[in-house]
Amino acid sequence: MRLPGGAPPYLQAAPLALILLLFFGVPLLLVVVVSFWTFDLYGFHPALSLENYRQLLTATSTYKVYLATVMLALIVWAIALVLAFVVSYFMAFHVRSFGWQVGLLLICTVPFWTSDIIRMISWIPLLGVHGILNQTLLKLGLVREPLKFLLFSPFAVVVAYVNLFTLFMIVPIFNSMARIDRALLEAARDSGAAGWRIIAEIVVPLTKTGIALGSIFVLTLVMGDFYVVAEMSGGQMASVVSAMSNQISLLQYPPAAASAVVLLIIVTLMVAGILRVVDVRKELTG
Amino acid sequence: MSRTTKNRRKDPSRREFLKAAATVGGLGVGAAMVGPAPVIWAQNIKNVTLRHVGNSYSAITDIGQQASKDLGFKVQMQIAGSDALINRAVTQPGSVDILDMDHWAYKLVVPRGVLQGIPLSKFKWWDQVVPIFTKGTTLQGAPLSRQGVLPYTIQYLEKPESIRFAGGPTDVISIVPDIYNADTLGYRPDLIERPHHWRELLDAKYAGKTAIVAIPSIGIMDAAMAIESRGDFKYKDKGNMTKEEIDRTVAILKQLKARRQFRAFWNSFDESVNLMASGEVVLQSMWSPAVTAVRAKQIACGYPLLAEGYRAWASGLGVMRHVKGVKLDAAHEYLNWYLSGWQGGFIAKQGYYSSVPDTAKKFLTPDEWGYWYEGKPATAPITDPFGTVMAKSGEVREGGSLWDRMGHVACWNTVMDNNNYMVQQWISFLSA
Repeated sequence: MRLPGGAPPYLQAAPLALILLLFFGVPLLLVVVVSFWTFDLYGFHPALSLENYRQLLTATSTYKVYLATVMLALIVWAIALVLAFVVSYFMAFHVRSFGWQVGLLLICTVPFWTSDIIRMISWIPLLGVHGILNQTLLKLGLVREPLKFLLFSPFAVVVAYVNLFTLFMIVPIFNSMARIDRALLEAARDSGAAGWRIIAEIVVPLTKTGIALGSIFVLTLVMGDFYVVAEMSGGQMASVVSAMSNQISLLQYPPAAASAVVLLIIVTLMVAGILRVVDVRKELTG
Repeated sequence: MSRTTKNRRKDPSRREFLKAAATVGGLGVGAAMVGPAPVIWAQNIKNVTLRHVGNSYSAITDIGQQASKDLGFKVQMQIAGSDALINRAVTQPGSVDILDMDHWAYKLVVPRGVLQGIPLSKFKWWDQVVPIFTKGTTLQGAPLSRQGVLPYTIQYLEKPESIRFAGGPTDVISIVPDIYNADTLGYRPDLIERPHHWRELLDAKYAGKTAIVAIPSIGIMDAAMAIESRGDFKYKDKGNMTKEEIDRTVAILKQLKARRQFRAFWNSFDESVNLMASGEVVLQSMWSPAVTAVRAKQIACGYPLLAEGYRAWASGLGVMRHVKGVKLDAAHEYLNWYLSGWQGGFIAKQGYYSSVPDTAKKFLTPDEWGYWYEGKPATAPITDPFGTVMAKSGEVREGGSLWDRMGHVACWNTVMDNNNYMVQQWISFLSA
């Protein structure tokens, strides 16, 4: 049997499209629909009400928490970018053996070998007032009192995020770097370019795709988190999702859905901004 | 008391009948003599599996195993966090048979029509349940604080299918209350002096060494206890604040945060244990089993009665509406077993009280009963449910007897009418 021309690609794409439609498209649509509903003690009531959005957008706490979360995301992004760039550069250009490269990448995944809870609790013996770091500093006489800002602070949140999310930056950047033709670098060196110029004019431009993809991962992960921020700040900071999770815990789905829609719009805008700067698709296929 | 005997007579003890039928059914030969119907019933009830879903501190595997052994049908314990629990009960009611939640959460779940009331004719212990639940009073008949959700106010229904609570006592209960306790502040006696008032939580001398629970509805009440104790202002109802009261509370909390009064706001039981055990914090909101857990590490932890009283909580078992027929009979059997003493004895060693203390007493040694319920000095080492030593001979449980504690309740765990507003303000406080 012959399929009409043009059909096979569609058939190939159909399973994924169907899965996305059923398990992503439909639920997302439901979230949007429910965000306009009203609710009371007895249940949710289908409606076309803007009340959930009005309450969300007129509360100053909403803007404060968005500002705090975006700031946090940018700080983590910047640190992760520098770290990931250096690590990837080392692995791509200084480690010659493919086996070693894979081995080192695996080492980067070590933080993911345990559960979230263990990863968070493990910071207490390290960063706490009576933790290893503070005890060492005290013994060395570098500080007189234990440093309290190390744990349950914005600092601790950034440390944990960097620890967790740098990998998501390393993998795409390393992937881009690994595909750079070594001959290009040699040609540049032969033409007399200094090390930093090679990085600025050859490595960075050719790694743009990886940086863009990594940035999307890191920014969306931080924007969507509420667990790490609560644990590492000792409950003293909140993220955009904290309010949503609290509403869901008290069965208030409509306002939680409205928050989700607003967050989705903002994150989509951020991703669109990144994609405007870097055409990921062109770079991937090119 | 009359109700128990009356019920026994009217309902010629289903359990005995079940046992007899099961034995006969098991013999097989005798089955024909008894007639087919009871045999089928006995066989069916043996095939029943009840899914009991609750919080980690109450849906304990050992209890399910003991129940299965005593009752002949299977009870499966499943644990869920309180957020997951309330959502699962409402969105997937079919996945739960026996719901086990904090009492205030029923205020949100009963109106959704996923539960069925329990006729008192099916529950044999009601006249022995402490008056906290049956009348809203202490043993001596003194009315209990109505700040927050007093369990009595969500206790009765007009009919099993009602989704509104009845104004006063009826013949149908919404849930079977099982455990309760009164919470106060925990402290490290080796590091600070015994606190006497809630306001010490806000005292500058403990700056950077105190913590509050981060669950907004409970955390803000602990803060309110301290603020009221400091004399800033008086709340009409700390468990159901007005918007103005919320604003004032949050403003004070923001000042305290700027001064770095709080070391942390803890989200889970384990965190509170770690904070206290590591010495990061010396005075904080705490739950009784967390105090127990700190002591199990051989670290001193106090849990004193403060002048303003306790913040109390309760939890209870509800029967989901989809449970019918033989499974419903099994569910009622299970509820009766639950308060028949084994569970009460087990949970007492975790520091919780049973709603039927008389039956729990039978499963405790006189020494354990004296220590946990009567506030008497231990005459031998006291162990937790898993055998770890909790208190040495001669030690006394802080706070005294059951009624010393429950008679000093200042407010109950709650869900406020202005909850959304409160949570918004709480989050703005966190991001301040």
